[in-house]
Amino acid sequence: MRDEDVLIVQEPELTAAERLYLPQIFDGLRTTLRHVFSLKRRAQVVCEYPDVKREETGALRTTNYRGVHRLNKDPDGRVACVACFMCSTACPAHCIHIEAGESPWPDREKYPVRFDIDELRCIYCGMCEEACPVDAIELTPHYELVGRTRQEMIFDKAKLLQIYEETKAVKPRRNPPITDYGLTGGQSRDVAEPNVERKI
Amino acid sequence: MIDPTVARIERLLRNPLVLITAAVVLAAPVALLAWLLWPWYGAFVQGLLADAFWFPLLFMLFVLVMILNATALCILAERKIAGFTQDRRGPNRVGFWGLLQPIADGLKFLFKEDIIPANVDRGLFLLAPCLALIPALIGFAIIPWAGEVRWPWMPADAPAVSTQAASLDVGFLYLLAVGSLGVYGVVLAGYASNNKYSFYGGMRATAQMISYELPMGLALLCLLMTAGSLRPEEIVAQQAGSGVWYVFLHPLAFLLLLTSSFAETNRAPFDLAEAEQELVGGFHTEYSSMKFAMFFLAEYAHMITGSALLVALFFGGWHFWGLPGAEDTSWVAMLLRLAVFVGKVVLFIGLFMMIRWTIPRFRFDQLMRIAWLGMLPAGVVLLAGTAVLAALGLERNLWACLALNVAVLAGMLVYVGRSRRPVTGRQPDLPPVPVGAVSG
Repeated sequence: MRDEDVLIVQEPELTAAERLYLPQIFDGLRTTLRHVFSLKRRAQVVCEYPDVKREETGALRTTNYRGVHRLNKDPDGRVACVACFMCSTACPAHCIHIEAGESPWPDREKYPVRFDIDELRCIYCGMCEEACPVDAIELTPHYELVGRTRQEMIFDKAKLLQIYEETKAVKPRRNPPITDYGLTGGQSRDVAEPNVERKI
Repeated sequence: MIDPTVARIERLLRNPLVLITAAVVLAAPVALLAWLLWPWYGAFVQGLLADAFWFPLLFMLFVLVMILNATALCILAERKIAGFTQDRRGPNRVGFWGLLQPIADGLKFLFKEDIIPANVDRGLFLLAPCLALIPALIGFAIIPWAGEVRWPWMPADAPAVSTQAASLDVGFLYLLAVGSLGVYGVVLAGYASNNKYSFYGGMRATAQMISYELPMGLALLCLLMTAGSLRPEEIVAQQAGSGVWYVFLHPLAFLLLLTSSFAETNRAPFDLAEAEQELVGGFHTEYSSMKFAMFFLAEYAHMITGSALLVALFFGGWHFWGLPGAEDTSWVAMLLRLAVFVGKVVLFIGLFMMIRWTIPRFRFDQLMRIAWLGMLPAGVVLLAGTAVLAALGLERNLWACLALNVAVLAGMLVYVGRSRRPVTGRQPDLPPVPVGAVSG
C-alpha cells in the first residue's frame, strides 16, 4: 500500500452544543422516541416468526439467503460436482468432507463418491459457493434446520441432492451448468459463450 | 413444528378474556370470604387503618409489595421499550401482550441452578445480593406517597394518619446515605467473586459512586437552601402550597440530580460496573439464579427510589394543579394524590429507560470528566449563587432562581465551548494524528 492511498480522516471538531452534551441527548431521545411510536415502521420490520414466515411476507431474499446447502444436478440428473475439493479447501469451518472417485461419465474425470457437510460446524459463510468452479454447491433459502442427533445433522450426498430437488422451485440453479458439455458441443462454457454473465 | 399442545396453551394464555376470567375465578372466592367474615374482623382492620403508628407501617408493606411487583413489571417494560426503540415488538409470547412474561422470568430464575463457584469468599458472596437489594428497598420509608388521610370511621378529633412510613428530621439525607450503601453490594459482589472482571466492575462502581455523590449532594444542598427543610413531606407541601415545583426554580440542580441518580442506579449510560462488552457481566458475572435476580431487582428498585426522590423533591410529589391539595384528607383525595405520584414516577422510569436505549455507555475517563470537570464545578457555582440568593432572601423567588440556573448553564456552555478539553471526543493530551505519514 502506498502512502497516497491512505486516507486520514480527522475527527471533526465538536461544536459548543456538542461539547455541552445535553442537546445531543435530546436529539438522541427524539430519534428513539420516533422509533417507539412508529407503529408503521415496526409492522414493516417485524415478522413474527413461528406464526408468520419471511418467505410469506416476501422479506426473505431467496436469491442470496445463505441457508442449508444443496448439491446441484445437471440437466441429465447427475450430480454436478466434479470433486475438485475447492469448497472443502475454502471452507473456514472445515465442515465439508469429500471422497472422490473416478467418474463413470466421459465428460469429467472425477465425481464425489461421498459428499458430507456437517451442518452443525458450518458457519454459512458461502465461501464454498464462491469457490465452486462448476456451481455445484449452493446455499438455499431453506433455514429451518433441525435434527435430534448430531449424526443426523451431517448431510450426505443423497440428502444434499434431495435438498436440491426440494428447493429448485424457489431458487433455480442460477448459472447455467458449465459441466454440461453436451449443450456446448464439448467445449468449455467460457469458450462457447464468452459474454454470458458469470458469477465471480 | 410447534407442539400442538404447547401451541394451544400459548394461544389460550394470549387471550385476554381467559386471563380476566382466571383472575375473577381466583379472586372471587377470596373476596367473598373476606366479605362474609367482615363483621368479625372489620373493627380490628378499621382500628389498624386509623392508628397513627400502624397505618404508615401497613402502607409501607403495601408499597413494598407493590414495588417488588413493579420491578417485575419494569423488567417487562424495559424489554418492551428496548424492542420498540429497535423497531421490534418485545416479549409477546407469554400471555396477552406479553403480560405474563414477568411470571415466566421469575419462574425461570427460581428453577435455575444456583451455582456458587469453588473459590469465592462464601460469606460475602452470599451477603452481596442482600446488601444490594435491602438499601434499595428501605429507601422508600421516607417517600411521602400521598399526604395525609382521614378515614370516614375515624372520630372527628383524631389526627389524620400519614402515608409516609417514617417522617425523619434528616429526611433525604437518609435516602442519600441508604442509597449509597447500595454500592456495597456491588463492591462486595465484585470482591467476593474472586474474578478479575467482577473485581474491575466493583472498582468502577466504587469510583463512580464516590464521584457522583458529590454533584448529587451539591444539587440537594441547593434545594435544601431553597426549601429550608430536609423533610420530603415538607418540601412537597411547600411546592403544593405555592403551586410552583422546584424544578422550575432549579432546573440545573434537577439535571445534576437526575444525572447523578443515573450513575447511582448503575444504569446506562453509567453502567460501567456491568459493562457486558468489556467485563463479561461485571460484578454479577459469577452470580446465577435467584441471587442474580436480586441484583436485577435491586437495580430496578433503585431506579424507582431515585424516581420517587426526584418526583418528591423537584416535581411536586403528589401535587398537580387543579387536584385536591394537602388540606383535603378524604380517602378519595388520598388515592388521587397517590395516583398522581405514581404516575409521575412511571414517567420518570420511562425516561430512565428511554435514556438507556438512547445513549451509548461512557468510557471511564469520560465518566470521571463529566463528574469532576462538568457537574462538580457547575454544582459549586450553583450552590454559591443560591447561597447569595438565600442571603438576599430571594431563595424562593422563581425568577431569581431561574435566572441563576440559566446563567450557570450559559456559563457552562461558554466554558465548555471554549474549553480545549471536551467531555467526549478527542482529548488534547493525545498525540496528534500524523497527516500523510502513514505507511504500511
